[in-house]
Parts: sequence; C-alpha cells; structure tokens
Amino acid sequence: MKKFTKLTSAVVPLNIENIDTDQIIPARFLKATTREGFGENLFRDWRYENDNQPKADFVMNNPTYSGKVLVAGKNFGCGSSREHAAWAIQDAGFDAVISSFFADIFKGNALNNGLLPIQVSEEFLSQIFKAVDNNPKSALEVDLENQTVTIVETGAQESFEINPYKKSCLINGYDDIDFILNQKKLIEEFEEGRG
Amino acid sequence: MSKTLVEKIWDAHVVKSEEGFPDILYIDTHLIHEVTSPQAFDGLRKRGLPVLRPKQTVATADHNVPTLNQLLPIKEELSRYQVDMLTKNCSEFGVELYGLGHPFQGIVHVIGPELGITLPGKTMVCGDSHTSTHGAFGAIAFGIGTSQVEQVFATQCLLQSKPKTMKIEVNGELGQGVGAKDIILYIIAKISAAGGTGYFIEYAGSAIEALSMEARMTICNMSIEMGARGGLIAPDQTTFDYIKGREFAPAGEEWDKALAYWKTLYSDADAKFDSVLTFDAKDIAPMITYGTNPGMGMGIQEHIPATGAQPEKEKLSYQKALDYMGFDDDSSLIGKPVDYVFIGSCTNSRIEDLREVADFVKDKRKADNVTVWIVPGSKQVEQQAKNEGLDKIFEAAGFQLREPGCSACLGMNEDKIPAGKYCVSTSNRNFEGRQGQNARTLLASPLTAAAAAVTGKITDVRDLLKR
Repeated sequence: MKKFTKLTSAVVPLNIENIDTDQIIPARFLKATTREGFGENLFRDWRYENDNQPKADFVMNNPTYSGKVLVAGKNFGCGSSREHAAWAIQDAGFDAVISSFFADIFKGNALNNGLLPIQVSEEFLSQIFKAVDNNPKSALEVDLENQTVTIVETGAQESFEINPYKKSCLINGYDDIDFILNQKKLIEEFEEGRG
Repeated sequence: MSKTLVEKIWDAHVVKSEEGFPDILYIDTHLIHEVTSPQAFDGLRKRGLPVLRPKQTVATADHNVPTLNQLLPIKEELSRYQVDMLTKNCSEFGVELYGLGHPFQGIVHVIGPELGITLPGKTMVCGDSHTSTHGAFGAIAFGIGTSQVEQVFATQCLLQSKPKTMKIEVNGELGQGVGAKDIILYIIAKISAAGGTGYFIEYAGSAIEALSMEARMTICNMSIEMGARGGLIAPDQTTFDYIKGREFAPAGEEWDKALAYWKTLYSDADAKFDSVLTFDAKDIAPMITYGTNPGMGMGIQEHIPATGAQPEKEKLSYQKALDYMGFDDDSSLIGKPVDYVFIGSCTNSRIEDLREVADFVKDKRKADNVTVWIVPGSKQVEQQAKNEGLDKIFEAAGFQLREPGCSACLGMNEDKIPAGKYCVSTSNRNFEGRQGQNARTLLASPLTAAAAAVTGKITDVRDLLKR
C-alpha cells in the first residue's frame, strides 16, 4: 500500500454536499477487473459532456486549480460501497480528501488504499474554501504524524482524528491483511471453539 | 451486563479485541458478485493465498446481467468479461456460484434470504452497500469495499471498530396504501442522508414487528441511505416461520439447536443505545423523493420544500438537485407526468412486492405514455410469480416482466432510463445519473409506482384504493 507522511499542495475545491460514489465514478465504468485507470472517469458526468468534451465550468477542467488534495462538502462518498471511487480519486493524482464529514464505507476504502480522508470542522472547511476563493494557488500542509492540516497562507491550523492503527498502516505502508494474517492461529482457535 | 442485539452478535464474533486497534471480527458468510470481487481475487493471486473458507462464500452474477434473453451471451463485451471472470475465479478458488442459468441466480440480497443462507445471529458481508438487507433476520450484515473482500477471502475476518448503536422505534398502525418502503423513506427524510453515519441501527416497535420478512428486508436494505453501517430487526416467530424449510436452513436437530439460540437474540430491556428515535406510524403517508439523495423525500401530498428555507450553506446543493430534477421548489408533484416505472432492485423485487403490484393492477392497464419494467429479484421469485399467474396479470396490464438482476437500479447493465426522462422507481437511490446518464429518479413504494404506471403521472395511490 502507498505510504503517506506529509504533503504540501494546492487544492481542487468542490463545494458540493452529499457527493455520492455514483458521481465520483458512475456504475457504467465499474466493469474493469483491475484497479488501474479509473482516474480518467473520475466525476465523469460532471466533468464531460456526452460527446466527451470537457465541461468548462467544472473545477477539474479549470487550469487555475490543481493539486493533490481534493476538498469537498459534507457527507462525501455516500452511497455505493464501490472502492473504485477511492481508486479513481487516487488514480487522478489525489493523495488526500478533505471534508467536514465522510461516509463510513468510503472512508474505510480510502484508508485501505493510502488515500488520506481528513475530517475537519465545518468552520475550517469554510476557511479552506475561502482561502482558495481568494487565491486558487493557496496551499495546504497535511502532516499525518502530527495529525494537523494547515492553510499555509494564513497559518490557520486544525488537528484531525485518525485511528492510531490506521495511522501506522499509512505511515508504514502496510495493510489489514498483513495484520490479520499474523493472527491466523487465533482465527483457527476461534473456529474450533465454536465447534 | 445488559446488551443490545448488535452487541450480543458482535461480541460472539470477536476473535481478538485490543486497545487502540479495531476488533478482529469473524465473518460467518461472505456473499460476492462480479463487480467488486475481481480485484480481490487478483490480490489473493498476488499474495499466493487461497480463499480460506470457500464453503462460507457464495457467489452470484447480478449487477451486469441483462434482464432479457439471459441464456444468450451478454452483448456488452466488458459486462460479459466481468461475468466470465467471476465464473473463472469461483472455479479456481472453489467458491459456489449461482450464475446465469442457475435456478438460484438472482440479486445477491434476494437469494441469501430465500435460500436460508441468511440466518439470525450471523455476521455477513458483501462488497455491496445494500448488504444491510440481511439484518432483517437479526444478523449483523454490512457492505464492504474490495480490499475488505480480499481480507475476508484471505482470513474469514475483518478489522472493524465496534459501531455505535441507534434504536429507531416505529409504533402504531400504518394507514391504507402505506408500506415498509414509505416507513424507511420517511425515516431517511426525517434524519437526512447522513443521519445514521457511524451507527448500527436496530428497528423496533409495534409497526416494525407487524411487518412480514419481505417488508423488514425493505427497511433494513435502505439503512445505508442514511449513512448507517447496517440495520437489523430482532428475530421473532415471523422470522423463524420464514426460514424453516428453506434450501440451506438448518433442519432436524440442528433446527432445534439454532432456534434455541435465535430466541436469545434481542436487546435486553435495559440495554443502552447511543441514540434512540421514535416515530408514529400514523404520521407516515405514501412517500416520494423529489431530489437527488434519498433524504430528499416527502409525503406525496406535500410541496417540495422551499430553497429559501434551507440552511445557508446547503442552498447551493439543494437548488442544484432541484435543477437536475427539473422541479420548482414549493410545488406539488401530484399530476406530474412520468415516462418510466421500474419495479425491482434489492429493495423491492421479492414475491410479496410483485403480489402487491399484481393485486393492484388486476383489471387495470398502464397509461400509454409509460414504459413499465418489473424485474424479479431472483429466478425463484420469477418462477413463483409465474406459478401464481402474476405474469398474466402483468401482461394484460402492459407491464413487462423481465428476468432477474439489478437492472435499472444502477445504470450498469442494458437497462437504463434515457436522459431527461422521469422514472418512478422502487429502487434505493435517486442520485444524479444513477439509473442512466441524466435520468431523473423518483423513489417510491411498489404501490405508488404501480399507481403512476396506471395513471401515467404522480398519483396518491390512496385515491385509487377501494375504501
């Protein structure tokens, strides 16, 4: 799994609430049997017209905005459990997603792929959107070790929560399967104990 | 110590619990389908691992399958490849597959219960968010991502933090024309599409206890639409009667043993929930959604809430949703013409749903402006519908009875709603483009959908029911 420690980057702002995984990657693009290549269809129907022409008013088609951090409104990633959503965001070049609230399954999927979901307060989220409004190149600094996110220009900082186990997985680049496989004997004992 | 039902089942499945780590939770049954499993099988190959407990794993093909001429090769190349890949993977890893042509094939959340695979007290997962459906039997069942599918393949366990618990009580009697789908759409409209996030929900109260198993499945199915990890209902005589005699249900001595255990599965009277909500069944009307998330629902006689009445920060997203739907705020939907009616999906495609619709449309005919698709949840439901002569009723009404699959619920297979068209759908999601690019979905119960089919417009089904 991809490691994550520190990141300083401009952001791509998407100030919309309840962005569901059908918007992130529509079902018709879930037919691939590998994990790669979903990025080109990230936000497909918001990003492209039916004839595949980019929609000028969508933020990802605006060269003013770029960066490795996606910032979105609350309840990001709701709906379908498709991990393809996390793969698509990562494949499109993002390493972190910031929102004031994440849907559970998306959050787990992101963590399992080394894509860092950062939950901040509504207020801090507004500050980020405002900073990017004023200056599209405004950067954020994400520090996983210290669990902080900082708006570089203003110095405004907030700390974020992350499960300590998941944090160590991200920093070291190992995953849940590595962890559970080490407990295989316990699993077998559990099965025997239930008869 | 007194425990909630979720805690009882959870605690009975903890292989290891350690401070600072998620629990290692044992999974009894792993359901898989073609869309979210191929990368997980690939992961096993890369690690050189087998499926640890193939006999606790069951596969079917549902998301990508056509619902006409199922025995012919799938036309769309990528869909065909994905379904073929499932067949190949199941054969290589020794997993039982109820694929196309098999008498048990169907939507994964329909076949589990009808085959007696879904049982009280079990832990069940599937790479599909509507796995919460199985909670109707008093099981802990929830959707997972593909990395977790691989995890369960490899270890029969999942790393999971114990969820918070919420009790939602619905008491009293439902009015005429109001069913399980209306209950759950009402709850989601009340607490929002994110109101259950982080929780496992137990549904209780006299209105829930009075429901059939099919109706309970409809309720639990949509738990995810308020963000909940899952939803369940304590098993009772209705549950036991439904399970008894099914294909893989315990029998003989095993049945007695299982039943004795199942009867211990309820939340203790003084168990503490992290949150409790109570609703009155008599306040619930036939529901319909007007927006682009399942929380944007209302009683069918109500007006779409005014944009001005939304919290400042939400106004933009709210208006965007109404623009997508082509609706004005503060307007009624009654009488609005519809183009399609879809009766199906893991929410409402069981035999009881089909019976209810058939009973309503008997001696009626669909309106000329509407295309009506009825898609049974499984081969068994399809067969049962034919045995009962429901197919004849649908045919006479101009409703098309198709073959089982996820169909128009998710715009992945051949069944899609065209751009700009309105579809009254018994499925679970009204997201932008969910049923096809730029399609407009209005979620409702099978009865409300059938009423729209007959009149060609949004209709309060109560006006058409005999009083």
